[in-house]
Amino acid sequence: MPQLLLELFSEEIPARMQGNAARDLERVARDGLSKAGLISEGLKAFAGPRRLTLVVEGLPVAQPDTAEEMKGPRVGSPDQALDGFLRKTGLTREALVERDGLYFGVVKKTGRPTAEIIAELVEQIVRGFAWPKSMTWGHGKLRWVRPLQRILCVFDREVVPLEIDGLVAGDLSEGHRFMAETRVFRARDFDEYHEALAGHFVVLDVEERKARILEGAKTLCFARGLELVEDEGLLEEVAGLAEWPTPILGDMDPAFLDLPPEVIRTSMRTHQKYFAVRKPGQPGLAPHFLVVANIEAPDGGKAIAAGNAKVLSARLSDARFFWDEDRKAGNFDRWLEKLNGVTFHAKLGTMAERVERIAALAREIAPLVGADPDKAALAARLCKADLASEMVGEFPELQGIMGGYYARASGSSPIGGGGPSEALGRRMVEGVTPAAGHPGDPLSQPASGRLTAPPGGEHLDAEIADAIRDHYRPQGPGDAVPIAPLSVAVALADKLDTLVGFFAIDEKPTGSKDPFALRRAALGFVRIVLEGGFRLPMLSVAERPVEAVWAHTATEKTFQAYDPAIQALHDAELDLDATSLTEAVAENLPSLSDPASDAERRAIRSGLFAFLADRLKVLLRDQGKRHDLVDAVFALGDDDLVRIVARVDALSGFLATEDGTNLLQGYKRAVNILKAEEKKGALPTGAPSRAAAPAEEGALFDALTAAGPKLDAALAAEDFTGAMTALAALRGPVDAFFEKVLVNSDVAAERDNRLRLLQLVRDAMGRVADFSLVTG
Amino acid sequence: MTAAGKPASFQALIMRLNQYWGDQGCAILQPHDEQVGAGTLHPATVLRALGPKPWNAAYVQPSRRPGDGRYGENPNRLQHYYQYQVILKPNPANMQDLYLGSLRAIGLDLKLHDIRFVEDDWENPTVGAWGLGWEVWCDGMEVSQYTYFQQVGGLDVAPVAGEMTYGLERLAMYVFGVDNVYDLPFNDPDSPLGAVSYGEVFLENERQHSEANFHGYTVETLKRHFEDMEREVPLMLARNYQNKALVLPAYDMVLKASHLFNLMNARGAIAVAERASYIGRIRDLCKLCAQAWVDQQEEAA
Repeated sequence: MPQLLLELFSEEIPARMQGNAARDLERVARDGLSKAGLISEGLKAFAGPRRLTLVVEGLPVAQPDTAEEMKGPRVGSPDQALDGFLRKTGLTREALVERDGLYFGVVKKTGRPTAEIIAELVEQIVRGFAWPKSMTWGHGKLRWVRPLQRILCVFDREVVPLEIDGLVAGDLSEGHRFMAETRVFRARDFDEYHEALAGHFVVLDVEERKARILEGAKTLCFARGLELVEDEGLLEEVAGLAEWPTPILGDMDPAFLDLPPEVIRTSMRTHQKYFAVRKPGQPGLAPHFLVVANIEAPDGGKAIAAGNAKVLSARLSDARFFWDEDRKAGNFDRWLEKLNGVTFHAKLGTMAERVERIAALAREIAPLVGADPDKAALAARLCKADLASEMVGEFPELQGIMGGYYARASGSSPIGGGGPSEALGRRMVEGVTPAAGHPGDPLSQPASGRLTAPPGGEHLDAEIADAIRDHYRPQGPGDAVPIAPLSVAVALADKLDTLVGFFAIDEKPTGSKDPFALRRAALGFVRIVLEGGFRLPMLSVAERPVEAVWAHTATEKTFQAYDPAIQALHDAELDLDATSLTEAVAENLPSLSDPASDAERRAIRSGLFAFLADRLKVLLRDQGKRHDLVDAVFALGDDDLVRIVARVDALSGFLATEDGTNLLQGYKRAVNILKAEEKKGALPTGAPSRAAAPAEEGALFDALTAAGPKLDAALAAEDFTGAMTALAALRGPVDAFFEKVLVNSDVAAERDNRLRLLQLVRDAMGRVADFSLVTG
Repeated sequence: MTAAGKPASFQALIMRLNQYWGDQGCAILQPHDEQVGAGTLHPATVLRALGPKPWNAAYVQPSRRPGDGRYGENPNRLQHYYQYQVILKPNPANMQDLYLGSLRAIGLDLKLHDIRFVEDDWENPTVGAWGLGWEVWCDGMEVSQYTYFQQVGGLDVAPVAGEMTYGLERLAMYVFGVDNVYDLPFNDPDSPLGAVSYGEVFLENERQHSEANFHGYTVETLKRHFEDMEREVPLMLARNYQNKALVLPAYDMVLKASHLFNLMNARGAIAVAERASYIGRIRDLCKLCAQAWVDQQEEAA
């Protein structure tokens, strides 16, 4: 069956866009062909530095012919109606048939040649292609990612006649820019094309280019007793930068090895797109780099390696300059000062204000995770300082990591102070005083200096440096969570402040949009809590931070309301009566004790907890835990993540036993009966009494009475397996009860007592989980 | 090495580029006599990129980045350096090939060195300009910026103009294998009149200007001059000579304003919050000129 080969040959396509371009091309081609009724046997797209290629196997030479029966006018209708129908369908009177008093005619359509369809489709695809950024060139109006140079379009070995803005499709393509002996070649099908490309030093398939790079790189490294530091993202990128990828191992000046390995690697990767190299089994990096060139040079790449080594030295000299500058004494204080001028989010204040909130929060969380509160607050106050450093300015991805290094380097020199953080935290909570400041208006107090250290602050130790380094973790599902208590306190505070802040200003993620990465923050928070087994009552832990952010945003709003008045005074060039304005503003500031605002904050907290709960559910589901069991435990309203998981574990263990499944059936039966009876009238209240007969009724009463204290004790000790065991003791009596006892007794007192017993069963079990949400 | 071989000096490299681009049909211009931050700002690029008329030119432009001064102590950074600028409007279909030809012309063997076009979309907010293109890498070093202008002065560039900018010192350091810019051979080292290094020509210039840029200029004066220029541009555009606004003199004043801003910035006199507003003010002035220029071009066409 005929094959379609399409190549859109252009100037260099940005590497980051190639993958999506291939996927998009495949999708729009498949959709377009199938819309035209052309079903292929297979379709594949390729993207490389200078070309997008599509091959479609097994297309028919033409669209299938179609025959459609059309309903005409009623038999005996006026002539005009019938004539109209004949005109419309192009049929003759003889071709019509009569059925059920109506005329019918079969309209046959001959399918169009596939080549024609392809010509139209290719034009549509080219004109409508969704590049993230596109351009025009020369005199033309056509848009492409970079100038489109050629279109190769052959179907069934014939050129498909087509022209787009003066670009005529043909059967020609081009090989490698520098290596090919002849530039242009001809191809009439995919095999010819693929072979010609290889002969002209172009590897078409990105996967093949990646394999070539990896294999070549590893071989080069192995030969020198080295090991490649693999990097999937970088591999993807360099595979999009070379048509004939040729790994070359270069030498780096070993003097640079005193820079942190993260810095070397990031500089190599970001600026130069080199892979780093190490000695197997040794820490740090080896003084080499691996560059992927686009040519196989006759000197074996010596000149290329030398040139690249020189550039790398210049880059690393810059990094060394940053490293040296950043480690100078007094930098932390200077950086903290700078954070006053950095906006975190228009509605959430400056980075310095955020740091204050994180510090207050870290102090509060510290005792719950076994960390020292003063130290946690200090680490938190320093954790964002490196954002103002030279190195992080250059390489944002080194945030935290550099802070850790710099804190360690500052060693025993005094930085920051533990002293004022308590006051700072309180001020945020009480952010209702005008002193909290409204940047840019004449009433605000200078915001600077609040974070700078008093002389003789605390000394930094390794724990604090680690906390600064690790507080962004986990950065993704594959990243480990911090374990050290101090790191945990700061990491949790950081994430909680992010979550609270954006929930308070109603910037929650919607659908696939999560611009502030709140899902990642929440999942990170949940993972740290669970993996460390930390007991945080979420709703109360969130109370103070929610108050702090709420106070901040409410204060901002109030000040904004006064802006016109202040502006008017300015415009009139009147002397500002600052005192009276301050008082007026202060009077109108929102208050934390206002019940309406309390409800507002409660809603923020519960919204936030529900969001965390959702992350937890996803996490548990990924671990293979049953979704319904998670729901059954959540329904209890517990806000302690560790306890929730313990309950889910115990419950799933219990329901795997015979006792468990049977008791669940008993529970469902009891609840169904109670529901049915409730419809007839209110259920009897009060405690049941022990019935003398039947024996099963008495036995259930005894079992419930015995289970009660055991359940109490087990739940109090958070021994959920014990609680399940206590419940398991009910299984026999409940089964026997349902077998022998008729709940709906004619005797009202008997019925009431039995209903009371069933309520007791439901409530006892309900203390462990909401079994009504358990399926099966 | 190609037949051309390596040029003998920094100035020979410039002459090779002039020869090459002149042979391609470009008008070889001399630098614009205003202080500018980049070759793009020469009216031969910013203004001539606009309007329907074809325009092909190449020139060296001394470029000043006051904040990059390092008192002559950094081997790679200068507050005054040279850019080589080529502008082709409309961009010819074989512009990449022409560009690669210029690398061969300065003695680079493209079978021996690794040339890459790496995505880099250029923009210059002070003149409201942007385009799509690449950094051109030679063995991992950026040797040129290559851009298809899409907008200048906030106006669409039609037909599209292609711009190629070579950082001459950097390119020369690569070609001559020199690690310190001041060691570049300015003229032929075997010259009968004696060798002159880049440092002999420019080191003192870097020292004095670095000090002036960071500490010497009086901020109030710079600010006043900036505001003067800001006031004068619309006045100049409002003047009418032979039925035309005085765009070219007005644009020179935009360039002065732009350089004054750079000086204030180097002096640390511009707060982060003010920066965007200053850039916006320059851009607005530039847009006025661009629009007036396009109007004149279209009238003439």
